[in-house]
Amino acid sequence: MTEQHIKLPAGSIEKTTTTLNLGPTHPATHGVMQNILELDGERIVSADQTIGYIHRAFEKIAERRPLAQITTLTDRLNYCSSPLNNMGWHMTCEKLLGVQTPKRVDYLRVIVMELARIADHLICNSIMGVDAGAYTGFLYVMQFRELIYEIYEEICGARLTTNMGRIGGFERDFSPLAFEKLEKFLAEYPKALKEFEDMFQRNRIFMDRTMGVGGISAERALNYGFTGPNLRAAGVDYDVRVQNPYSRYQDFDFTIPVGTTGDCYDRWLVREQEMWQSLSIIRQAYQKVQSFKGAEASVYHADTPAYYLPAKEDVYTKMEALIYHFKIIMGETEIPAGEVYHSIEAGNGELGFYLISDGGRAPYRLHFRRPCFIYYQAYEELIKGSMLSDAIMTMSSLNLIAGEMDA
Amino acid sequence: MALTNEYIIQRLKEKFGEDLFTFQESYGLLELVAPKEMNLKVLNFLYDDAQLQFRFLTDLTGVHYPNLTGEELAVVYHLHNLQSNCRIRFKVHTSVDQPEVFTATGLFSGANWMERETYDFFGIQFVGHPNLKRILNVDEMDYFPLRKEFPLEDQTRIDKDDEMFGRG
Amino acid sequence: MSRPVSYNLVQKPLEKDISVAPLPDGHQGEGFFATSLDAVIGLARKNSIWPLPFATSCCGIEFMATMGSHYDLARFGSERVGFSPRQCDLLMVMGTIAKKMGPVVRQVYLQMAEPRWVIAVGACASSGGIFDTYSVLQGIDQVVPVDVYVPGCPPRPEAIIDGVLRIQDLVGKESLRRRNSEQYKALLNSYGIQ
Repeated sequence: MTEQHIKLPAGSIEKTTTTLNLGPTHPATHGVMQNILELDGERIVSADQTIGYIHRAFEKIAERRPLAQITTLTDRLNYCSSPLNNMGWHMTCEKLLGVQTPKRVDYLRVIVMELARIADHLICNSIMGVDAGAYTGFLYVMQFRELIYEIYEEICGARLTTNMGRIGGFERDFSPLAFEKLEKFLAEYPKALKEFEDMFQRNRIFMDRTMGVGGISAERALNYGFTGPNLRAAGVDYDVRVQNPYSRYQDFDFTIPVGTTGDCYDRWLVREQEMWQSLSIIRQAYQKVQSFKGAEASVYHADTPAYYLPAKEDVYTKMEALIYHFKIIMGETEIPAGEVYHSIEAGNGELGFYLISDGGRAPYRLHFRRPCFIYYQAYEELIKGSMLSDAIMTMSSLNLIAGEMDA
Repeated sequence: MALTNEYIIQRLKEKFGEDLFTFQESYGLLELVAPKEMNLKVLNFLYDDAQLQFRFLTDLTGVHYPNLTGEELAVVYHLHNLQSNCRIRFKVHTSVDQPEVFTATGLFSGANWMERETYDFFGIQFVGHPNLKRILNVDEMDYFPLRKEFPLEDQTRIDKDDEMFGRG
Repeated sequence: MSRPVSYNLVQKPLEKDISVAPLPDGHQGEGFFATSLDAVIGLARKNSIWPLPFATSCCGIEFMATMGSHYDLARFGSERVGFSPRQCDLLMVMGTIAKKMGPVVRQVYLQMAEPRWVIAVGACASSGGIFDTYSVLQGIDQVVPVDVYVPGCPPRPEAIIDGVLRIQDLVGKESLRRRNSEQYKALLNSYGIQ
């Protein structure tokens, strides 16, 4: 038998590197991304990235839907912290429509956004532990994500894809039970976060796995368009909450943790410190909310009957409310034509909404500036020359959420 | 000196002449439109100039205006000066028959995938791009889905009835 | 007025510490128990399913909550989640499957060894969900045969557990000859799988 039974691709015998498919289904449950790595032994020579395995065409769907219905799409961008995306979208619409939100609404929004930020960072940090081999931190901390989910449920009814809030505020006031659950969270969480921190921060194995791994310099990070904790770990203190404050963040007192080398350890530390800062912001916001008295203490939406559905009792009894209700639902309210770009500090960085309106019910064009998509480009540069296990740690430290990446 | 929109307009007019740009201001953000051949020159000027220093590319995307014949496709750059906290929007238009625009990847590494996404959605060819192929859609797709003439739904699906969605 | 739900401020006293799976029908005597092989194998299989979590998006995060200690899927026997298709029984597809991902789901399904079950968790995996677009597969039953569909966007962890319990019912009652039967072969052929 002299025939060749196995056909090898051209050049495969001379090739000295191994090809490894770190495929779209990989155990590190980060979402669906594919990297075809060329390995020289254990060192990575190059990585061929493929994304788009969960491309759901959000931008095309948005051209079909009225502004209020796009909130459900924004939920599913960074689904670990849906309220952040929702609030960012509402603020974009409010910028376009010229709606001013009252103080209490802004402070309530801050509470919800910082809770979402804690939920997002908790997943990222604990999954970094899982990828290094330590499951306990993850399972222990998931319990507190359940507490956050319970708070969301009290506010809007849903755990994960929250569709929270409306243009101009919230759909209903926070119930006393929601504040009770928030107090329970504020009381119990710091101790758990401290235990989680003690488990990893000075842990020899974790430090060896993450220090010096996947580092990036500040210049390269800025050139790539990094934002968020990944950029702050590289040394640049750019935080949209401080530079372009929205939702009255300028009234709050918080610091921005900044790292030095931009490696995985710095990213872990930056996220950890941001969680402590978020806790402090939530406490301040809660105090401010409780300090409202009288009529102000029950305001939960802006007074814009043109864009915010009036209360049902009024719709059934008053003529103007009925007309506004009709106009909003049938899409006949005046939406100004124009282009607006608004960005917020989401869990992963600057989440921007570029909205072009032509005066119609649905946007003419809506583009999401997704931080994950932009900084994942740098992944090949981050892992070149490092080992395979470092590539896994780098991927999990970047906090890649596939829903946000592919949109 | 604070970087105001008037100052930026003045500097750009000084460098490129009075007629190159059309300026507009929407919601506090300065918007410039220039012919597509000048896009790299403008981006480089905004990057290198000592006062302007727009060194952060926030976003790069495309828009399809089927009504503007000869200028249907637009590429929109959002730039940010982090030190002075100033943002601008820079647009170039190109026609749908010859949608070629110079790539910005030489200046911003982050433009790489953003241009691939714009190519994937609109079909804008970025001249000089190192790896211009589809990024989010399947490689075999032969049309550019975000152009206005294409529908959202997959027309070959059999389990959903368009009549029921009011689209029959 | 909102109802105080999962707040566990008042502990309920346990009536029985241990719950035991019910015995299948059979004949019992002194030191022996006779039943059909199907029932015993079914009982063993259903309480030790090894799932393969194919988590793509938001439903995957709800699955992580289900595996966490609050909702705990492990008490139903699904303690060991594996990512190798050869070793797993249950393919849990959680999240939107885009057309780009369809061949990957199919490949993973083909690599699984019989007996294998598939559960489509969430609206996107069942029917495309809210994404009726050109790039999303309208339900994974376009590419693989599905046993149980769990609706929801995302389904609550209790719903995911309910789905797994229905799979357990299917597993417990399945005949040992099903995988070689004509009907099953015809089902696989309709998906183009030999």
